[in-house]
Amino acid sequence: MQRFSFPSLVRNALSHHERWKPFWRDAAPKQRYDVIIIGGGGHGLATAYYLAKNHGITRVAVLEKGWIGSGNTGRNTTIIRSNYLWNESAAIYEHALKLWEGLSEELNINLMFSQRGVLNLAHSLSDVREGMRRVEANKLNGIDAEWCTPAQVKEFCPIIDVSPTTRYPVMGATLQRRAGVARHDTVAWGYARAADSLGVDIIENCEVTGVLRENGGVAGVRTTRGNIMADKIGIVAAGHSSVVAAMADIRLPLQSHPLQALVSESMKPIHPCVVMSNAVHVYVSQSDKGELVIGAGIDAYNSYSQRGSFHVIEHQMAALIELFPIFSRVRMLRTWAGIVDVCPDASPIISKTPVRGLFINCGWGTGGFKATPSSGWAFAHTIATGNPHPHNAPFTLERFSTGALIDEHGAAAVAH
Amino acid sequence: MLLISCPWCGEREEIEFSYGGQAHVGYPQDPRALSDEEWGQYLFVRDNPKGLFLERWVHSQGCRRWFNIARHTVTHGITAIYKPGEPPPPPA
Repeated sequence: MQRFSFPSLVRNALSHHERWKPFWRDAAPKQRYDVIIIGGGGHGLATAYYLAKNHGITRVAVLEKGWIGSGNTGRNTTIIRSNYLWNESAAIYEHALKLWEGLSEELNINLMFSQRGVLNLAHSLSDVREGMRRVEANKLNGIDAEWCTPAQVKEFCPIIDVSPTTRYPVMGATLQRRAGVARHDTVAWGYARAADSLGVDIIENCEVTGVLRENGGVAGVRTTRGNIMADKIGIVAAGHSSVVAAMADIRLPLQSHPLQALVSESMKPIHPCVVMSNAVHVYVSQSDKGELVIGAGIDAYNSYSQRGSFHVIEHQMAALIELFPIFSRVRMLRTWAGIVDVCPDASPIISKTPVRGLFINCGWGTGGFKATPSSGWAFAHTIATGNPHPHNAPFTLERFSTGALIDEHGAAAVAH
Repeated sequence: MLLISCPWCGEREEIEFSYGGQAHVGYPQDPRALSDEEWGQYLFVRDNPKGLFLERWVHSQGCRRWFNIARHTVTHGITAIYKPGEPPPPPA
């Protein structure tokens, strides 16, 4: 791997930045690997990286049907936080946050990870109670969390309208100061580059069309670039998880929905943190480029089309202007949607499957980006050892028959 | 924004409707006979096809009646709308 450093920047400046090497090789598929990862998003690439780094398994292929960063990795609103309610979620999301805190150094790439703080607003008495409960639950799990009064909210984010006369007045907020944002596509590129340097083959434009099976286990995959064999396969296909799992006759408790987001024109720094509101369905931060990055709730209907209905955006903009009257004349530049795989309990599935050698990491729904490092870490452990890591042991497929659900609809903070 | 033709009220905008998920999922005939796995399947697992989907909608801001739609989950094109109790359209 060509490492970034001050001398390397100077050297490449002298050659007009024309001699930088590509981040990863344009690998052609080999006939056989130890592990195949289906899906080259952040979670899949992180899985491949930790398979190589933590478990020494380097004969790994990551198969991506488009290009790296073309799916949800490049479509999310980049928010990172770990203030989830239940112990199981707190463990895995907090592990992710701790990994984020050293990830730029580890991957030798600037992820622009900015711990600017996340406010989750409360607009009703039940929001207040739920928020306070979550703050205390977070503290018990060693996660930094604070309860803010409306005045404290105003102090932390001066552009919010906290007046009691608005339609949905701000009655307080939870604050996680260690939470923040990161540059999303650099996360995929960084993991891809680091995994590639450890020997992982990243194969783009390679769509999986079938799962080959032998004696009750997996044998490989059929792809648009030929058959590729492996005894272990991990599905990390986000919104298309149901489609890929169906190739191995597995039905998942997932529904795929569009989740929309949009960005505004660039502005001077005005918004100092991340603000999320469950009740009025908007979350917003300002990127380092100066755009407001704004997310909505999901579209109600099932879809695989990466676009949603306009009324969802209209609703989201109304909420934005209610909270931030200062943004009323900001123009929006681009809107898009990603396909999110929503689980009934708003928690992920990182699990073995009834098919031997086939593993699945899905159901991250509206909030997978923040968990990218720990998701890859736990999934790599599961694939390498055949047993779940303590962090993902509760997140099995079986919980939908045992009833041990992990209900995070409150902490997920996006309307489902 | 979808334009949906309610079988009773005619064509209206999507915001008047609420989504009800997969259609034709009946309550188990004998719930007590189900294993935990079967009950979990009934409670939590629904089809999630990339393609034609038979789904329920309710005209919640209008006549408040339920009906079924055959809709494509990629193009969003609606190919059939039919009342509860009516048979679904034959697969194309």
